[in-house]
Amino acid sequence: MSNLVFDESVILLDVEADTKEAVLETVAQNLVDKGLVKESFVPAILKRESEFATGLPTAGVSVAIPHTDVEHVNQKTISVAVLKNPVDFVIMGDDSETTPVQIIFMLAMDEAHSQLTLLQKLMQVFQDETTLTTLANATDQTSIKTLLEEKLDLMAFEGGER
Amino acid sequence: MAKKNVLVACGAGIATSTVVNSAIEEMAKEHNIPVNLIQIKIAEVGSYVDTADLLVTTAMTKTEYPFPVINARNFLTGIGIEDTKKQILEELKK
Repeated sequence: MSNLVFDESVILLDVEADTKEAVLETVAQNLVDKGLVKESFVPAILKRESEFATGLPTAGVSVAIPHTDVEHVNQKTISVAVLKNPVDFVIMGDDSETTPVQIIFMLAMDEAHSQLTLLQKLMQVFQDETTLTTLANATDQTSIKTLLEEKLDLMAFEGGER
Repeated sequence: MAKKNVLVACGAGIATSTVVNSAIEEMAKEHNIPVNLIQIKIAEVGSYVDTADLLVTTAMTKTEYPFPVINARNFLTGIGIEDTKKQILEELKK
């Protein structure tokens, strides 16, 4: 199992797109360019989102957590993208209802059924309107990195916690 | 009370079902209800049709199953989570 990559290079600001497909492609392609995922990750993310939507109407700021199968991932990471304008994503568990998403948390996981602590902490962030608003209004990557490192307890995680 | 077989499913069987699985595990322990949790992809539900008692899922499913299906999105957003927990608990106690 690889270490989690979380630095400025996987944090995107002011992402401009009209459709969820365009957003997903931008964020996923960045991970391909960084070598964190395989080329196949991009179509896999798009396909998964169309089959199983990941929009979440969370407190204040809606988010989406696109992800796909582990075989497309080289090194696990959470990519954060703040959208310039909200883009409609279908709500998880629904077939047509949408929510205007402002922040994308693209999960690239390299092992199934793992990362429970990290995922639970991420869900806690989704329930924390103050943090979501801060993320949505952030103007630099480093402040997002610092805030999420603290909220997700990533320092301990990178230190080898499994 | 017979141990219930509960399927916990999401699209990939990676992220959201992991979180929901743990939440149900905790809840069952708290109420002293023995439960057998099976974490799967939604596409795999078909193979458990004969053995499962309940499906808790974050993914959409239009298929009809011989057991109840509970949507678990609230575990991720926190909105309405108590209602969902109550629903699951009632099924576990049946």
